[in-house]
Amino acid sequence: MKKLLIALVTLLPSLAMAASGHNVHLESANVKLHDKASLERGLDLFQQYCSGCHSTQYQRYERVAADIGISTDDMRSKYMLNDAKIGDLMENAIPTADAAKWFGAAPPDLTLVARVRGEDWVYSYLKGFYADETRPFGVNNTVFPLVGMPHVLQDLQGLAVKQEDGTFVTTGGKLTTEEYDQAVRDITGFLVYSAEPVQLERKALGMWVLGFLFIFFIIAYLLKKEYWKDVH
Amino acid sequence: MNYVPTAEGAFASVEYIMRDVEYGWLLRYMHSTGASAFFFVIYMHMFRGLIYGSYQKPRELLWLFGMLIFLVLMAEAFMGYLLPWGQMSYWGAQVIISLFGAIPIIGDDLTLWIRGDYVISGATLNRFFALHVIALPLVLVVLVFLHLIALHEVGSNNPDGVEIKKNKDENGWPIDGIPFHPYYTVKDIMGVAGFLIVFCYVLFFMPEGGGYFLEKPNFEAANPMKTPEHIAPVWYFTPFYAILRAIPDKLLGVIGMGLSIAVLFILPWLDRCKVKSIRYRSMIHKINIAQFTVSFIILGYLGVVPATPELTIAARIFTFTYFGFFVALWVYSKNEKTKEVPTRVTH
Repeated sequence: MKKLLIALVTLLPSLAMAASGHNVHLESANVKLHDKASLERGLDLFQQYCSGCHSTQYQRYERVAADIGISTDDMRSKYMLNDAKIGDLMENAIPTADAAKWFGAAPPDLTLVARVRGEDWVYSYLKGFYADETRPFGVNNTVFPLVGMPHVLQDLQGLAVKQEDGTFVTTGGKLTTEEYDQAVRDITGFLVYSAEPVQLERKALGMWVLGFLFIFFIIAYLLKKEYWKDVH
Repeated sequence: MNYVPTAEGAFASVEYIMRDVEYGWLLRYMHSTGASAFFFVIYMHMFRGLIYGSYQKPRELLWLFGMLIFLVLMAEAFMGYLLPWGQMSYWGAQVIISLFGAIPIIGDDLTLWIRGDYVISGATLNRFFALHVIALPLVLVVLVFLHLIALHEVGSNNPDGVEIKKNKDENGWPIDGIPFHPYYTVKDIMGVAGFLIVFCYVLFFMPEGGGYFLEKPNFEAANPMKTPEHIAPVWYFTPFYAILRAIPDKLLGVIGMGLSIAVLFILPWLDRCKVKSIRYRSMIHKINIAQFTVSFIILGYLGVVPATPELTIAARIFTFTYFGFFVALWVYSKNEKTKEVPTRVTH
């Protein structure tokens, strides 16, 4: 019995270690889905920089326009591929098979990436590129080592170079560090929205449902008490 | 309707339901949260039967039907989990179906027969769909009917483990009995309301259940060429999965996992004590039930996390204590020192 207890106590730290899991440090994305201006900027950046290779093929232009609060005309003129219709799914511009040849791996669909990886992962990943000459596109990523993707946001962020002490120094971007963080947050926000467009509606409806259930529970409790008065 | 049971269409059709079908998201979350809630309720129900000795004579048949329901429910949940055709659907099914391959001689042919293909494919998805929506639900309905018939024959147990039919008034009604309606209908309405509050909280505010009700990799479409880093079944299977992984030999592991469920079936005959309820049983029985509960929960946790050498040792210890519960019960229950059971229900 004593031995068992000792074994258990020594096992506890490893249990806790296993529970924590991740070994890469992720920064908090702090996305606010109520902020429609941010979502619109996110859509804008995504369509400019990402949608060439990455589809969000489970959602439709029309629904995104309605949810983010832009007109269908704006959607059509700014963000849609030439032959696309407003009710179409949001495909990528290049053929996936070609992309697989060029990059070594097909660029994945990103509709649900925020649910698969988590919003903090997306945010940290987009901030995680740094110069690495051993890689085909000259960049590597702190969050996704050996990733096949080039740093498409390099003209915004600039290029991060690893220093001898392990820190990064970034130069050559159009945006300041704060502006870049916000741009990445906007993209992340758009992807969090894409992963579950119904999220805000779900929570709003949930408040009403729970409110009703609480009142119903009180009535059911009083009814039960009344009926059970004579049971001893 | 809107779900497409093919390998090409399943994943996209689930997202179609989540986005384009009116309140499709609500229906889908009710279904996914409901699966976990169903198991939670079933486990609580079994636990109550366990501590109050409801499986004992004369309710053995009732317990057996209940256990059959549990077994069929596990099959129902397992097959339903393949249908969204996500990564975890695919690879979870891959792991579990391959277990049948451990059976000597017929193993390989059996797995082929279950899958309907050499790998998990649209053929597997299609047959699981048929079994999930028609065949197994019908079996469940019949079993629930039999569960209730068996209950009516012997009547409900109570926390005192007293047979109320032994004390009848001059009209032949049990003195301690009360009519199901209105007493239990009214009480159950309250219970249902309480359940729905918890259920709807999960449904509307955390439908992924922290990644335990809807696992994250399952938001990625099934890809036979890419194995996920860590394959874990949904939480309600993990205690048994931990036992499977704890045993080093594949065939013995499968046998161990099968036994961990099978042994519950013969519980009414393992417990040889005449007293039902934990209230009037010995301290050793109380300790035994407590350690069994702890073992079950820790095994459930161990089945979720990736196996490391330390955790595998832990899983072995708790596999031992899990089975130890039944062995010990059989040994001490023969001559257990129990308290006196009242003749009437106490409250």
